[in-house]
Amino acid sequence: MNAQSSAAPVIETAGLRRIFKGHGGAVEAVAGVDLSVAAGDIFGFLGPNGAGKTTTLRILATLLPPTAGTARVAGFDVARQAREVRTRIGYVAQSGGSYRESTGREELVIQGRLFGMGKAEAGRRAVEILATLDLSEAADRTCKTYSGGMRRRLNIGIGMVHRPSVLFLDEPTTGLDPQARARLWEEIRKLRETGTTVFLTTHYLEEADALCDRLAIIDHGKIVAEGSPDELKREIAGDVLTVGVNGHGERVVKLLEAQSYVREACLEDGLVRLYVDRGEEAVPAVLRLLDGNGLAPTTMDLHRPSLDDVFLKKTGRSLRETAA
Amino acid sequence: MRVFSDTWLIFERSLVLSLRNPVWVIMGILQPILYLLLFGPLLTNIARMPGFPPGGAFNVFVPGLLVMTALFGSAYVGFGLCDEMREGVVERMTVTPMSRVAMLVGRSLRDVVLLLGQGLILVLLAIPFGLEINLGGVAVAFLMLILIGIMMSPVSYTLALLLKSEDALAPVVNGMALPLLLLSGVMLPMSLAPDWLQTVAKLNPLFHAVSAIRALFNARYGDGEIVIGLVVLVVLAVVTITLGSRSFGRATS
Repeated sequence: MNAQSSAAPVIETAGLRRIFKGHGGAVEAVAGVDLSVAAGDIFGFLGPNGAGKTTTLRILATLLPPTAGTARVAGFDVARQAREVRTRIGYVAQSGGSYRESTGREELVIQGRLFGMGKAEAGRRAVEILATLDLSEAADRTCKTYSGGMRRRLNIGIGMVHRPSVLFLDEPTTGLDPQARARLWEEIRKLRETGTTVFLTTHYLEEADALCDRLAIIDHGKIVAEGSPDELKREIAGDVLTVGVNGHGERVVKLLEAQSYVREACLEDGLVRLYVDRGEEAVPAVLRLLDGNGLAPTTMDLHRPSLDDVFLKKTGRSLRETAA
Repeated sequence: MRVFSDTWLIFERSLVLSLRNPVWVIMGILQPILYLLLFGPLLTNIARMPGFPPGGAFNVFVPGLLVMTALFGSAYVGFGLCDEMREGVVERMTVTPMSRVAMLVGRSLRDVVLLLGQGLILVLLAIPFGLEINLGGVAVAFLMLILIGIMMSPVSYTLALLLKSEDALAPVVNGMALPLLLLSGVMLPMSLAPDWLQTVAKLNPLFHAVSAIRALFNARYGDGEIVIGLVVLVVLAVVTITLGSRSFGRATS
């Protein structure tokens, strides 16, 4: 990839908003999103259900006009130049896209032809994709006979028939077993090697962490953090120490907040959560402090910050609960 | 032209899918066949009553059955679209540069082809009962059948795009199809109806379709109802296709 294409963002939004008017009044699903995604990246959009991920994705994929703000994808405005955008993007919805009574080959061929390929060319491209996704043997079976993972792979295959420069994937691995998920991650990484920019939404932290070059955390329609997984984790410098104190949480938080080696302390799910610079020094100090106050910890866990810690710090909630 | 090749692609795909799982196609022809076998014979005596239009009982009844087949055949096509929407097919195709008109017309043409097949079966089955065939008239009648399908299917698809689920669609389609059927003179000719009912029936496009097809089946080629029927159907088809194509353009499930 040359310097110019990697410098120009392939997705760019400014002040993107989308308001849905419903029975209970207006809901601002996307509340001012500014995004910039570099060409060739796997970009993750991480957030709990209802955070505005899918709405943003649908705006970028020309399915939904924004209420305010602008979005450019592959060099064109999604609202005013939808057709230009559509020829350059692939979109794989959460609901899939392949029809259960059609065969994998039929779906790939018609998709190619709808993008203007001739019959022979679409046929060749279908064979190529089926082979890449290891679906050749199932090519002429109807989709209803596919396993969940196979169907997901086919749906992604349908999205990449016309070699789009940007591929949008809405929750690509939701509901898959760990093996099928790992398999799909492989396919998505392979896409990056072909220079395709992948924009995916997920509420799985492991997925964002393992797969994405950069990610944005979205909550209540707003981006609360953006960066590479490492950058985001580095924002929470040091270590995270969680201590179980059997109902004395609030008292312990007050005690620990006063200590110089504690950067931040909070109560989360009955556990005291400490952000400290150096975990190995904090552990004995915390033990001494608790002991001196007649308290004994029931559990203690020291770990490097995960994206969940980032999410928790930015939104005040744990993604693991909200996603459940 | 883009719109023609896209229409052909969608037509081909839809037809293959319908024939792969032909339950709906068979159900669609079964109902009029039952009417033909179990209700038609009752008409032989009624046909002698005053007010019954000229022509043999089956030459009056079969045109009605054809329109009924067309009405029910196309009124329920939206169900299939709901199914495709749920699996993300419509959304996936919306994010291609394909023609929005083709999304609608490709499917409607499939409906029309199935309808023609059903109509043909029905007409052939009715011959042993005493249906008299005049080829020219029957040919124009089938042209009108095409127009009914191409006018009605977009209505069902548009409702499906709006309502998004079979559960929401069923009562609306039923509520629409039954009065259209009763006010079209399908079962018994509207000429037997009291004046007020005849007046209401004239607002129903299918009433004109049935009248026109009856005239054609009875070789009354000078009957003004034929022209009225054709004009009504063509105008309405243009309207429903235009509105339906726009709905596909806006389809966001």
